[in-house]
Amino acid sequence: MAKRTKKSSSLRPIVLVVLGLCSLAGLVSLLLRDTDVALVNPKGYVATEQYKLLVTVTVLLLEIAVPTLLLFYFVAWKYRESNHNATYAPDITHGKLFSAYLWIIPSITALLIAIVLWPATHQLQPQKPIYANTDPMVIQVVAMRWKWLFIYPEQNIATVNFVQVPIDTPLEFQLSADETPMSSFWIPHLGGQLYAMTGHVNRLNLIASETGDFTGSSAEINGPGFAGMRFTTRVSTANDFYQWVNTVKSSGETLDAKEYQELLEPSEYNEPVLYSRSEEDLYGNMLMKYTGSHDHHTESE
Amino acid sequence: MREFLIGKLSGRALPHEWFTIGGSIAFILLVVGAIVLITYTKRWKWLWNEWLTSVDPKRIGIMYFLVGGFMLLRGGLDAIMLWLQQALASGSSQGYLTADHYQQIFTAHGNIMVFFVAMAFIFGLINYIVPLQIGARDLASPFLNSLGFWLYVGGVVMVNMFFLLGGEYAATGWLAVAPLSGTEFSPGVGVDYWIWSLQISGIGTTLGAINFIMTILKMRAKGMTLWKMPLFTWGSLCSMIMAVTVFPLLTATIFLLFFDRYLGTHFFTTTGGGNPMMYTNLIWMWGHPEVYILMLPSFGVFSEIVTTFSRKRIASYTSNVLGMIGVSSLALSVWLHHFFTMGAGANVNAFFGVMTVLIAIPTTILVFTWIATMYKGMIKFSTPMLWFLGFVGLFAIGGMAGVILAVPPADFQLHNSLFLVAHFHTMVVGGVLFGIFAGLAFWFPKLAGFRLNERLGKYAFWCWIVGFLMAFTPLYVLGIMGATRRMDHYEASTGWQPFFIMALIGGIIIMIGVAMQLVQIIASIMQRHLLADKTGDPWDGRTLEWATPSPPPSYNFTSIPAVSTRDAFYEMKLDGGFKKVYEDIHMPKNTASGIYISIFAFLIGFGFIWEIIWLVVASFIGMLWCLIKRTFDDESEYTITAKEVKAREDAAAKLPSATKSRIQQKEEMGLIEFIRIVLSWAMSIVRRKR
Ligand code: HEM
Ligand SMILES: [Cu+2]
Repeated sequence: MAKRTKKSSSLRPIVLVVLGLCSLAGLVSLLLRDTDVALVNPKGYVATEQYKLLVTVTVLLLEIAVPTLLLFYFVAWKYRESNHNATYAPDITHGKLFSAYLWIIPSITALLIAIVLWPATHQLQPQKPIYANTDPMVIQVVAMRWKWLFIYPEQNIATVNFVQVPIDTPLEFQLSADETPMSSFWIPHLGGQLYAMTGHVNRLNLIASETGDFTGSSAEINGPGFAGMRFTTRVSTANDFYQWVNTVKSSGETLDAKEYQELLEPSEYNEPVLYSRSEEDLYGNMLMKYTGSHDHHTESE
Repeated sequence: MREFLIGKLSGRALPHEWFTIGGSIAFILLVVGAIVLITYTKRWKWLWNEWLTSVDPKRIGIMYFLVGGFMLLRGGLDAIMLWLQQALASGSSQGYLTADHYQQIFTAHGNIMVFFVAMAFIFGLINYIVPLQIGARDLASPFLNSLGFWLYVGGVVMVNMFFLLGGEYAATGWLAVAPLSGTEFSPGVGVDYWIWSLQISGIGTTLGAINFIMTILKMRAKGMTLWKMPLFTWGSLCSMIMAVTVFPLLTATIFLLFFDRYLGTHFFTTTGGGNPMMYTNLIWMWGHPEVYILMLPSFGVFSEIVTTFSRKRIASYTSNVLGMIGVSSLALSVWLHHFFTMGAGANVNAFFGVMTVLIAIPTTILVFTWIATMYKGMIKFSTPMLWFLGFVGLFAIGGMAGVILAVPPADFQLHNSLFLVAHFHTMVVGGVLFGIFAGLAFWFPKLAGFRLNERLGKYAFWCWIVGFLMAFTPLYVLGIMGATRRMDHYEASTGWQPFFIMALIGGIIIMIGVAMQLVQIIASIMQRHLLADKTGDPWDGRTLEWATPSPPPSYNFTSIPAVSTRDAFYEMKLDGGFKKVYEDIHMPKNTASGIYISIFAFLIGFGFIWEIIWLVVASFIGMLWCLIKRTFDDESEYTITAKEVKAREDAAAKLPSATKSRIQQKEEMGLIEFIRIVLSWAMSIVRRKR
């Protein structure tokens, strides 16, 4: 019924496509110069492990995807209508073995990924403390419209849109929210995010291994001020941290119930604020508003 | 009294911002323009009798394409506005949109593209092609199908209605996540418009899906067992079964949200014992399958295309079908991967992660069967095939991104980032939309009687693929840089702006591709005689739709073909072609009930949005009345006798061969030729005026 027709050099489209992809890659790497690619530049154990996992999975995937794609485009090109050297065999059938291959190859890849995925998910469970035997430093976090309130229960200070932490110290961010839709607490340099929700405490354990300032944000949309809900995470040496705590303690206002109430008023693009003292149990009372009981209600099934 | 009559409506609801005024003017101009045009050409009766009240799935399919195509332009305009804002709003610049407005636009963009573009095209293709492929004359329930279409139109009007009244759409993201969508945080009517546009069109989807499952299961030609069904029909069947399973869940979830907003219940509120996490669960139990509801028919389209243009039957039909069934079944049990970050335990997250990774197995198998189909074939690179080649590349990229996101600890870093946005656009554009474009190019001759211009089609394809890579590669990179989705502003020090500008340029290239597609259609109409498809089988097709003339008569087949193999038409051609036998044909009568019911459904929604209770009650009664009347209408069929059929077929065969048109060329026109013709036509008009 069908006959091979037309004759033309068919390498041209391939050359064009390869050139196009190369220039795309070139453009991207040009734009990437002098930028800080957060996920590739992790500053703590959690982010590092998550990055390694990302690379492992990507490599596993490429191992099947690259040969498959090359084969796909090669076959398409080889059996083009204008190629008179290619055989046309419309009636070939593929045996059982072929069908078996179809299923086996992707299954192996999926299995490998599953084998990586399962333990990694347990190892990197955010609720799990970084070191089993030391208690982490606790920072209570309240998502508000549209700012982050940080309460340091051990140091008895509080901050807004700024959080300073000591290096190499396991941290537990106890995430919650007050009069605010679901938000997501994310500091890409230190590690992945978790939701902050009213009436719940979500524990996010992180640790920093380098000093510096790293931006954090809400990754989940929560109203008009969402894009401005950014904060600076300052990682400093332990010494600098305690010095900073002392400076904060000796200056500024107190975070009492009244001030807290004012913070709850919606506002956008807030500058950092430091509170020398945080009235006791603000966090507990805030939770009680939603749960009706005083014990910290943790979400984990 | 006033409150009773018009509820919450007041002068303040009228448009008073630049975008609502602009939108309203466009809306009104379009409606008035259409009315004037139809009146001027005296086409009202024709429009009403032949199209609007039609229950012919082919007509309904074309109407889906028209409305869906129009919505594609509408959603595309949104997209350009979003890209522009993000390219501008860095550092001290706040861009040209307010945060609230920006959020409304991306919400509307998502809703329109998923519900009113992708779903519309999918339903359009299924309407047109499935009955032809299974050798049926009509549907199990032509009325349900028509009703489904009109409810879809009701949803389309509702989603654009906020321009005229209310002035705001939901600013919550396309799924209206709770508690953000509750009255506490979204007191305005925006979310109510969201609720009712999805509610009305969602019920339409359920009804349409029920009809197509019944049609595919009950109305296949004799001899066509399930395992001999064409692959597009298989993909559609899987998709429709998923739709029937999960759309009622969407409807129920939205009703609960509606109760919260309207009756003050506490299902998803932060206070009063509400549980917003419940909403997230419910909406994704529908939301994940939804993306595969869109994807499966596209898989089917590509299988049809690769077999036809490789001139070979599908390699391992069984694996291909099992692959599609596997995808659909797994798709129902992976929804939690959309919120690993909610804080579930490691076992739960790991379980859903593994389930998600498993989906990669059947999808890879589909790709393998396509490779094996091309192997030792004789491949013709027509435009449908180009879309297919582009699709496989993008689908591999998007699929890999998906699997990465399915690994919970990796997802903690990538969730809600632009990497995620890049993933799903690669899937929805590269997978679903390319499938639709491929399908339209493939089946266009069937529905129009002439092929599409190949040259311009190829230009359009290259614009789309180049633009897509330009627009979405930077989004993958931005995600890895830590950029979240849905930002109306970001700091200059992040170094993100060049990437957003690159994305904007990509977006503009895509728009050029869209323009090229419009030009392609116009040019093809101008050259319809040259491109005419007189045989009904322009591609040497393999399945039954190609056994009919292009376009097919309302009854599709003079006699129902007897099927004994897969690729039924191909085998028939080897046996000397499809033989015509004339017999009496029973066809469903047109009905306007679908239109009336949809209008009432729209008014119910409208009444609730503005709290006009009498309108709700009255419309509800009206709707019931229409339904009852329709149920007791037993004269819903008419008969065409064998003699009439023969007369019609003979007349069609004798139709004078195409008259020569002035602008007919020997070759398909290119872009330059097209511009030349348009210019000279414009010049001649100007000259005549003088
Ligand atoms: C190999 C197949 C696929 C895998 C493994 C996969 C995996 C995922 C995962 C894990 C997410 C959630 C990421 C997050 O929120 O952090 C996601 C989101 C999404 N995927 Fe896929 N996906 C696949 C195919 C598809 C296809 C075929 C489509 C569409 C046709 C699609 C559309 C989407 C959409 C729309 C979202 C995000 C919606 C939102 O958050 O607004 N995916 N995918
Ligand atoms: Cu999903």
